[in-house]
Amino acid sequence: MTLLTVNDLWVRFPTRQGVFDAVRGISFELGQERLGIVGESGSGKSMTGRSILQLIRKPGVVQAAEISFQGRNLMELSERDMRSVRGNEISMVMQDPKFSLNPVMTIGAQLMEAYLQHNRDSRQNARNKCIEMLEAVSLRDPERVMDAYPHEMSGGMGQRIMIAMMLIPDPKILIADEPTSALDVSVQRQVLSIMDRLVRDRGMGLIFISHDLNLVAEFCDRVLIMYAGRIVESCPASKLREAKHPYTRGLLNALPRLDNPRTHLEVLQRQDDWTHAALEETQ
Amino acid sequence: MTAINVQNLDVWFGSVSAVRSVSFSVAQGQSVGLVGESGSGKSTILRAMTGLAPDWSGTIQILGQNLTGSTRTRGFFKKVQMVFQDPYASLHPRHSVDQVLAEALHLQGMDAINKRTEKLLNDVGLDPRFRFRYPHQLSGGQRQRVAIARALAGEPEVLLLDEPTSALDVSVQAEILNLLTDLRAARGLTYIMVSHDLPVVAHMCDTLAVMQNGSIVEMMTAQALRAHKAVEPYTRELLAAST
Amino acid sequence: MSEQTLKQWLLSDAPTSRMQARVAGLYQGWLRLTSNWMTLTGLIILTALVLVAVCAPLLAPHDPFEQDLLNRLKPIGYDDHYLGTDSLGRDILSRLIYGSRITLYIVALVTLIAPVVGLLVGTVAGYLGGWTDQILMRTTDVFLAFPRLVLALAFVAALGPGIENAVLAISLTAWPPYARMARAETLTIRSSDFIAAIRLQGAGPLRIITRHIWPLCISSLIVRVTLDMAGIILAAAGLGFLGLGAQPPSPEWGAMISEGRRFILDHWWVATIPGLAIFTVSLAFNLLGDGLRDVLDPKDGGHG
Repeated sequence: MTLLTVNDLWVRFPTRQGVFDAVRGISFELGQERLGIVGESGSGKSMTGRSILQLIRKPGVVQAAEISFQGRNLMELSERDMRSVRGNEISMVMQDPKFSLNPVMTIGAQLMEAYLQHNRDSRQNARNKCIEMLEAVSLRDPERVMDAYPHEMSGGMGQRIMIAMMLIPDPKILIADEPTSALDVSVQRQVLSIMDRLVRDRGMGLIFISHDLNLVAEFCDRVLIMYAGRIVESCPASKLREAKHPYTRGLLNALPRLDNPRTHLEVLQRQDDWTHAALEETQ
Repeated sequence: MTAINVQNLDVWFGSVSAVRSVSFSVAQGQSVGLVGESGSGKSTILRAMTGLAPDWSGTIQILGQNLTGSTRTRGFFKKVQMVFQDPYASLHPRHSVDQVLAEALHLQGMDAINKRTEKLLNDVGLDPRFRFRYPHQLSGGQRQRVAIARALAGEPEVLLLDEPTSALDVSVQAEILNLLTDLRAARGLTYIMVSHDLPVVAHMCDTLAVMQNGSIVEMMTAQALRAHKAVEPYTRELLAAST
Repeated sequence: MSEQTLKQWLLSDAPTSRMQARVAGLYQGWLRLTSNWMTLTGLIILTALVLVAVCAPLLAPHDPFEQDLLNRLKPIGYDDHYLGTDSLGRDILSRLIYGSRITLYIVALVTLIAPVVGLLVGTVAGYLGGWTDQILMRTTDVFLAFPRLVLALAFVAALGPGIENAVLAISLTAWPPYARMARAETLTIRSSDFIAAIRLQGAGPLRIITRHIWPLCISSLIVRVTLDMAGIILAAAGLGFLGLGAQPPSPEWGAMISEGRRFILDHWWVATIPGLAIFTVSLAFNLLGDGLRDVLDPKDGGHG
């Protein structure tokens, strides 16, 4: 079942030197799957995630033939309707939990506020529900976490709380923008496996945006590789190692590997025609 | 010959102890890596060496010189230099590349500054047209090249690398790592590299020390690591998480 | 060089000389400054003020000190007194024009003293820390504890009335906030990597403060001073109004309001017109300050 269809999406920023196209006419579909979007900084991967929720800051402009979510074209919704889509039906987890939580409110208060915004329920039920959510993201001692302030949490705990908060309204799609890059490697895996389990159990669609090829290969079902605002390659994650596009190959080879010592790493030779290349089908 | 010898190093910030009795030594021309997660104290060791972390005890000997407290002589800074993690934060936002390099050369007492600036840019693989640009006109990789050029201004013997590529894209990381490899070969530099990325450290260093909670858990050669000879469970855990 | 290529040269992303880099930076700042019409208005008003002050003898239709007791308190537009005359029959327009010199004089002197002292104290205290910081900042606190006008009054009372003493008094009360601000900024700059990097090149505190910290503090200081300038002009006018600043017959705007106060009900223009002048110049400084903040704030200049 297709949850989200994006057709010919452009994100443009007018500058003094002319219009800068951050995303240049990309199209893709998302089903009940884990879709990875990989690329380097400036490739437009984050802009793609944000533009789905119309979170591009001024003076940026989003243009698309279609961004349809369950038959509704999000491009045609008013700001008010869009607000109910955000959070209720499509949620987003950002890179650094420190900047996403209000530092002067307890975590419990923030979670309950999020819950009560979407559900008519008593405060006691809301509290129980939130504790359940915190248990679902494998936080030990959720009662204590409810009364704690964000600065008392470590990065990994903070990110789990963010995931819990995003999942409270039971969204259909979760967009995760580099959700683990601010975390240590060992914590990364824990957070990812929690996210993975929740997404599977609820039959959600996940858009996982990352710069880390290995992580995406391991964690997603399907991968889009972006370069300079375009999708240069799309393939099943399990076949990422056999990717054909020279850019993807270059990225893979540029990583130092424990099992393959070399004096010099391969350096990516960028070619101009990549920026014009159409999507190569490798599925 | 031993370039760096650290014995029983303890470092603390206020009442918090960040490094606990760490000992290691680095031979001249060798490259040693310190690996660990955030808060393991790996960067703090470099900061204690350079005098940026003033409260420490133990012995630090660099190039035959015994260090004390947080004051370092000019002679020390001529031989020992550091490259920082975030090239966006380690360059003065209002100084052009030219100003940054000329000032470093001036401070290191170099002559023919104009010619040397050109040479430094050339050494780190930056086109001369970048010379008069400001940091915001450069990409992350280009900035890190400028930071490396600045560190090389006084023709040092020891480079301390504090996560020099963790803020960069993988393709840029490869370029910077290659540059560091080449510079070390060409100038016979001694490196201490700090990173959270095990494959990067294994790629760059002959020997590596795995750190956890301020102490060294395990020290071994990169070869031994590749041959899966790591003994400590923490090292194995890190290995499993990074492949 | 044709106009088009000059513009390209100025907007180039790859300057080829030190000079081009500097000029291009200034030009882009200028473009940003003038892209906002409010800022531009402020700038135009202040330029006009400077021109008026410089060309006062050419512009003024009368001698500002010449009394004409037969034509006292004449209304706006009377004869060739476009803005009327005051209680001694002096031409208000001419006094206003000459008064602009005094206003600029005050502005210039205060900007020469207060921000410089504040920057010096704040950055030294912030960078060196420890005892130096304690002593300098407690001194600052002492100055901050007095209300500005009251302290200025005390100074003027001790040193005698007069425009220089008024300026000195205002400056002495104006620097502590700048010192505070400079110190706070220094504290964040001090712990940044680029300061650590230059320390590792062997740079001493003097070089770090003057070459690395000042350039980053100065921009916000300029903004703050520009925004404060309205207050400073008002304080000077206030002292003039109280008879403790500029002395008669000097055409200082505050003193002019004070003189006109007695006739405010029957001859409103005598006090209102210098009041409007103060208002306009203060507003212009505020508008310019807002625009400068957009241009100079390093947080905005950081990314391209």
